[in-house]
Amino acid sequence: MKTDINPITSNANMARRSFLRYAGASAAAVAVMGAAASCKKDRVTVTSATDIGAGDIGVLNFAYALEQLEAAFYLQVAATPYSGITSIETSYLTDIRDHEVLHRDFFKTALGSKAIMALTPDFSSINFSSRASVLAAAKLFEDTGVQAYDGAGYLIKDAGYLTIAGKIVSVEARHAALISNLISPGSFASDQIDTNGLNKHASIKEILTAANGFLKTKVTANSF
Amino acid sequence: MNLFNIIDEIEQIDPEIHERLNPRRAAIKNITSFGSKVALAAMPFALGTMFKKAYGQTSSSVVDVLNFALTLEYLEAEFYNQGTSAGVIPGAQASYIAPITRDENAHVKFLQGVIGQLGGTPVAKPNIDLSGGGGSGNGPFKAALTDFTTFLLVAQAFEDTGVRAYKGQAPALLGNQVVLTAALDIHAVEARHAAAIRQLRYDLGKSASTRPYIQSTASLGNDTGLAAVNANYAGEENVTQGGVDLVSALGVSVRIATGAFDEPLEKQAVLDLLVGSFIY
Repeated sequence: MKTDINPITSNANMARRSFLRYAGASAAAVAVMGAAASCKKDRVTVTSATDIGAGDIGVLNFAYALEQLEAAFYLQVAATPYSGITSIETSYLTDIRDHEVLHRDFFKTALGSKAIMALTPDFSSINFSSRASVLAAAKLFEDTGVQAYDGAGYLIKDAGYLTIAGKIVSVEARHAALISNLISPGSFASDQIDTNGLNKHASIKEILTAANGFLKTKVTANSF
Repeated sequence: MNLFNIIDEIEQIDPEIHERLNPRRAAIKNITSFGSKVALAAMPFALGTMFKKAYGQTSSSVVDVLNFALTLEYLEAEFYNQGTSAGVIPGAQASYIAPITRDENAHVKFLQGVIGQLGGTPVAKPNIDLSGGGGSGNGPFKAALTDFTTFLLVAQAFEDTGVRAYKGQAPALLGNQVVLTAALDIHAVEARHAAAIRQLRYDLGKSASTRPYIQSTASLGNDTGLAAVNANYAGEENVTQGGVDLVSALGVSVRIATGAFDEPLEKQAVLDLLVGSFIY
C-alpha cells in the first residue's frame, strides 16, 4: 500500500524533516513514549529497554537496532584488533566496519524522530584479542543480519523501503560469506543454506532473542 | 473427493488457510518456509483458484517474476555445469566452486517446483551460448570454458548481476510472505556466491583491488576493470539512498558508500544484457 508521496524521495533535506511523516500517529506516539520512558540515564545506570514500534517504522527500527549492534562490534574490532591480524583481514574488517556504521547512520537519519534510542551493547562474551572469538561473533552477527532482513522483508508495505532493505541485505550476505571464508575457506555457502539453495531466515522475535544476548539495552517487538 | 479433508491437509502446512479463504478472520500466523508441496492440480478448479488468489498479488505476475528468475538460474547452472565438465576448474578449487554449482542447480529445481505449485508453467531452459556470442559459440567470453581466470571473471559478473536482478524484482513481490521470502533467501545466496568468487579472485592473485563487495567510483559502477561488463554494473556508482546523499550528508567516501549498498537492476535491463548474447 503506497503513500501518495514517497517520503523517502520527496524531500532531499532529510536531516531536518521527519522522514516518515506519513507513518501512523499511534506508532509515532508509542515510539516517542517508549523512548522517553526508557532513556532515563540521569545519575543511575539502568538496564533500559526499547520497543521497535509497529508497521514499516517498526521494521526499519528493527534494522537500525541490528546495524547499531554490528557497528559497535566492528568499531571495537578495528580499535582493538585480534592478535595476528593480517593486512588483508584489517582491510576487510575496517571496510565492514565502515559499511555497518554507514548503515546505522543511514537508518538514524532516515528515521529521524521515529528512531529508537542508541543501544548499549554487551560484548562481554567476546574475546577481542582472539581471532577465533572475533570471527565467530562476526559470523553470528552477519548470518543473523541476513536472516533478519530476509525474514522481515514481507512485512514491509512500502516498495521503496523494501528496496532499501534489499540493497543492504545483499551486502550483509557478502560480509557473511567473507567472514565464513576467513574462518574456514570455502564455507561461504554451508551452514546457512538449505537443500533448496535458500538462505535461512527468521522472525523478528527470533532475531531479537539472539541479538538481546549482546545488548544491555533490550529491544522488544511487541507489535509483531 | 472430500473437500473438508483437503482443507484440513492444507491447514497442516498453512495454518492460516482459513483466514486466506475467508479474509475476515483475524490473526495472521507466520509461515516461514514454503514447506511441503500441495498438489494444486489435484484440487477442484474453484478451490485451486481460491488457493492461488489467497497468496498475494495476481498469480500471473508472481509467476512471471519466478520465471524470470528461473531463466537466470538456468543460465548460471549451465555455466557452472559446463565449467565443471570442461575441466576448466583446477583441482585445488573444485571443492570451492562445487557448492555454487550445487546451489544454482537447486535453484532451478526449486523455482520449477514453486511455479508449478502456483499453477504456472515453468519456462523451458533457453538456448544458451556461454561465450556470449548469441549462438555462434564464438563470443567475447569464449575463453571462459578453457581459461580459469576468464571463468572466474564471468562467474563474478553472473553472480553480481543475479543479485541485482533479484533485487529489482522484490517490489513486484511486495507483501508476499512465501514468495518474497524465498526470493530474498535466494538473493542472499547469490550475494554469498558473488562475494566468494570475488574473494577467490583476490586470493589467487587475479585482481589485487577486488573485494567481496562492489566498490565503485563516482563515475563508474564497474569495479572489475573489464569494460565489456560496464553495463552489468551501471548504477552501482549511486551514493544517494532514500533521498540522502551519503557522501555529503554522512561524510563517507564514494568507495564506502557504494560498497555498503548494492543496486537493483530492472528486468528489461537484465534481459538486454543477456538476450542475444548468452541467451538466444
